[in-house]
Amino acid sequence: MNRIINNPDEVVEDALRGYLRAHPDILAATDNPRVLRERNAPRAGKVGVVTGGGSGHEPAFLGYIGENLIDAVAIGEIFSSPTAKSFHDAFVAADGGRGVACLYGNYAGDNMNVKMAIRQAAAHGLTVKTVVANDDVPSAPKDQREKRRGVAGEILMWKVGGAKATEGADLDGVIATAQKAIDNTRSIGIGLSACTIPAAGKPNFSIADGMMEVGIGHHGEPGIEVGPIRPARELADLMLDTVLPDLPFAPGDNVAVLVSGLGATPVMELYILYDHIAEVLSSHDISIKHHFVGNYFTSLEMMGVTLTLMKLDDELDRLLAAPAHSIGMTRIAR
Amino acid sequence: MSSVVLADAGGVVLELAEVINANRAWLSEIDGAIGDGDHGINMSKGFSQAAAALGKAGGGLAAAFTTLGDTLLGGIGGSMGPLYGSFFLDLGSTLDGHAVLDAALFSKALHTGLASLQDLGNAKVGDKTLLDTLVPALDAFDAAVAGGADFGAALSAMRAAAETGRDSTKDLVAKIGRAARLGERSRGVLDAGAASCCLLLQTMAAGLQRRLT
Repeated sequence: MNRIINNPDEVVEDALRGYLRAHPDILAATDNPRVLRERNAPRAGKVGVVTGGGSGHEPAFLGYIGENLIDAVAIGEIFSSPTAKSFHDAFVAADGGRGVACLYGNYAGDNMNVKMAIRQAAAHGLTVKTVVANDDVPSAPKDQREKRRGVAGEILMWKVGGAKATEGADLDGVIATAQKAIDNTRSIGIGLSACTIPAAGKPNFSIADGMMEVGIGHHGEPGIEVGPIRPARELADLMLDTVLPDLPFAPGDNVAVLVSGLGATPVMELYILYDHIAEVLSSHDISIKHHFVGNYFTSLEMMGVTLTLMKLDDELDRLLAAPAHSIGMTRIAR
Repeated sequence: MSSVVLADAGGVVLELAEVINANRAWLSEIDGAIGDGDHGINMSKGFSQAAAALGKAGGGLAAAFTTLGDTLLGGIGGSMGPLYGSFFLDLGSTLDGHAVLDAALFSKALHTGLASLQDLGNAKVGDKTLLDTLVPALDAFDAAVAGGADFGAALSAMRAAAETGRDSTKDLVAKIGRAARLGERSRGVLDAGAASCCLLLQTMAAGLQRRLT
């Protein structure tokens, strides 16, 4: 394991100090060392927007703290849910008096800790409502969509929910729009190599050299097919063949496309893939209105990629375009 | 010999912390076979924090359970933080206000804790989780009481059933949590949560038996 760390048991603490030193124009600490907030949060009169999850997915989750995006984030150990207390403290850090929208991904630990945190918040009169992202198509069949995991589609959900809150919507309005965002979003991942949690010291799953796992999860959850790596053009076809029929996406649709590396993929290869994705979408008469290519939601040093598509209506288009500033994503008015 | 004076029994929680710390490496090793390999580390972290918060004496048992639950909820996250955290909070709140613990109150406390676990985790017996230890252990306790056993004898029945329940997870395929991704490959090893639950129930039972008056 060749890594740039100090004590493997303290990588989260060490990284958080670095984030705070590097981005004081965006981030601020709170009394809970595992909760960071936007430096001007809470903003009075605005619905607070919170997320949280395990570490190791940077720039998710804390990288999407920012103006018109996420107000506060609960931070867990690597690949492990934050505590109920941290979710609760993030709710408090984001609360501007109009309630809090907690927009997070569908994982057992996160579901439990959020549920406990909401009870704690309710006990002192703070209303928190949730949207649980489940955009990962290969993680369960379509008729069991409630079992699907949340992956990079969460970023588009946060962008939409954050912008909606900034527009002044009430809590139910933010929740309804964030739910619409994830309901119109589908993702798939392909893994080409495993990843290692520093404290464990060795990978807890493996992908053989020359092989790929289609449908792999963000923590190495098993996919739907293991086979030899194919050319980028065929990977684009394979990913789109899974994602397009699931919603389904249809000719004439406008979409947002997000192609994210999983941590170790050269960025130029993401663009090689994007070229083919854009070509295939064009051949289906599907128009790309927003595109994001880069390392948006990673899994430590896993080699691989996720593709996320969101079908747009006028509202989702407007909210994705709205200006925002964060470590992971910046949008400027144009 | 059928009840425990709660005001003097907080030390039971310190004994729980001791057994978790003593088995830290073993629990992580079991977890490493089909999970992240961090179960012992996380449990040890949470129980050590609780022991430190309680001090040497441990105080009353209701308050000690509540401190343990609060510490696990605030300290370890993942799935085990909320599951064990809510379980021990429920034990604490059920015992709160009582002077003595008898078999009926102990059963009520465990059932309350079990209901929280089921509500939070949506797991069933047979899914290869800590419920495969807890549910048969509690059933054995209730059956012993129904059959006329006193508190101490029922606790012995619970200790034996916890171990049988733990061992039953070896032949099960994980249906829930991260080990579920392994499907058939999860068969053949114990579930780490079932193993820690067995340590906790057996230690709790032994601690209560020593304090029976």
